Amino acid sequence: MLNWKTKEKVIKNTLLFFAFSSILFLAGIIVVLFNEGAPIFAKVGIFKFMFTGDWYPTYDPAGFGIYNLLAASIVVTIGAMVFAVPFGVASAVYISYILPKRFKNIVKPTIEMLAGVPSVIYGLFGMKILSPYIKELFGLPTGLNALTAMIMLGIMALPTIVSLSEDAITAVPKSFRDASLALGGTRLETMVRVILPTASSGIVTAIILGMGRAIGETMTVLMVAGGASLFPSNILKPVRPMTATIAAEMGEAPVGSDHYQALFGIAIILFIITLIFNIFADMAQQRFKKKVSGE
Amino acid sequence: MESKLIKRKLTEKVIFNILGLFLWISIAILGIIIFFIFKRGIGVISWEFITSMPANGMTEGGIFPAILGSFYLVSGSILFATPLGVFAAIYMTEYAKKGRLIRLIRIGVNNLAGVPSVVFGLFGLAVFVKYLNFGVSILSGALTLAIVILPTIIRASEEALISVPDEYRESSLALGATKWQTIKNVVLPAAIPGILTGCILGVGRVAGETAPIIFTAATFFSMKLPNSVFSEVMALPYHIYALVTTGTFPAKQVPFAYGTAVVLLVLVLLINLAAIILRIRYSKKFSN
Repeated sequence: MLNWKTKEKVIKNTLLFFAFSSILFLAGIIVVLFNEGAPIFAKVGIFKFMFTGDWYPTYDPAGFGIYNLLAASIVVTIGAMVFAVPFGVASAVYISYILPKRFKNIVKPTIEMLAGVPSVIYGLFGMKILSPYIKELFGLPTGLNALTAMIMLGIMALPTIVSLSEDAITAVPKSFRDASLALGGTRLETMVRVILPTASSGIVTAIILGMGRAIGETMTVLMVAGGASLFPSNILKPVRPMTATIAAEMGEAPVGSDHYQALFGIAIILFIITLIFNIFADMAQQRFKKKVSGE
Repeated sequence: MESKLIKRKLTEKVIFNILGLFLWISIAILGIIIFFIFKRGIGVISWEFITSMPANGMTEGGIFPAILGSFYLVSGSILFATPLGVFAAIYMTEYAKKGRLIRLIRIGVNNLAGVPSVVFGLFGLAVFVKYLNFGVSILSGALTLAIVILPTIIRASEEALISVPDEYRESSLALGATKWQTIKNVVLPAAIPGILTGCILGVGRVAGETAPIIFTAATFFSMKLPNSVFSEVMALPYHIYALVTTGTFPAKQVPFAYGTAVVLLVLVLLINLAAIILRIRYSKKFSN
């Protein structure tokens, strides 16, 4: 029979181990990605891998330059944000600041529920319903292109941005608003000069997380972006973002081959990009917390 | 002076209405997507569609194996992720002092939540399918998905534990209970509904994940139902993807894809709705 103090200690340390699980998995992901993917950097050269555009993984000699894929990911993500940020932030402001509470209690959960719609369903919609319209509208040979991907990703990022921005705006203490109103500011002036500046870093967090979701999104771009590894010089042309490349080609790449390593190499680049996004989001979040709690 | 105030009020009204327009357009767009999926898929749904095996190269029959496969994958992942997530949350809320350690753990959780789903897929492929030699199987898929939802479960459990009032802990400690006894007998039972909400949200997320299972668990077509954790399985989200991108009879397959999408969508929306209702009820419990 263990003495209760020892028992408590054992429990505490076991729980600590569990608490570290996320970090362990994160570290595990890094180790595995580099273990499987780093050899390709040595073979091709990291610079050539990232900044040349010849992606011919199955040719002889093969080309492993991901520049076009990387550019496609970035272009499609930026395009998605051009749509999602104004719509998302405006909606969040309206929900948190203007909408009467009884409507808010319906609208906010609805948006959260929509955030749970699986990406493959957006992919299906984009592929079979939106893309024929795009094709006809612009008179294109195919409606599966960067533009369609941008629209679908923008729509997908919307609930994330709305929900998190709304949280940020709601977290601004009521006393800030009351003070401004008491000084004679209208509700609009209060919103523009007091609420939004205070909530700004929280909104930035929401936008960065929305971007992270868009750049890492796989199924939708796999289904709607068209799949051609061209440089995205024209958004009406098919492209092949990094995530789509991995998902489309991993099934055919023999384990341990150069192609397999190159796909893990892409995952390394993708992982680093999202890691940077997350760190920035985290920093903005910390700033926001300080601001709201009154510096 | 008077007219200036009127002008300010008018500007306010115009701008507020524009913001409102943005919101309603956003909701309308999301609504249209769901509407179209239902409109095209609802006609396919029948008892036979849900309960029978696929036939004739996915052009007839139903999607029963995909429903069952998704059920196995989701249950497996929850089984792995829940104890891990709940224990992690207990440490973070009940034991850890505010400071560097907890910051580090939280950064880990946030970053894990932000990892793209296809990267989880590669991790699962390398570790579970290859190193551990589980093959493309339910086990590999469930383990991969468990890592995907771990952050969701940790965060929800953390929130649930934090919302338990300190009086609960103090009363128990004052009666002579040890810290662990207090957690086990007082704090945890009070937090169960909140933790459950997190698990339900996890279920909703995992049911729709496709990229993590493409290389670790999923198969487009299997003649028989899975008979062990080492069998590969059909799964709803992957089935949708496969129906519209592979196969030889697109004209017959696409309606099936819509039908499958309706089944998945209804499942996911109902699951999320349940979680939200539970959360609203639960948040009332401690607020008065």
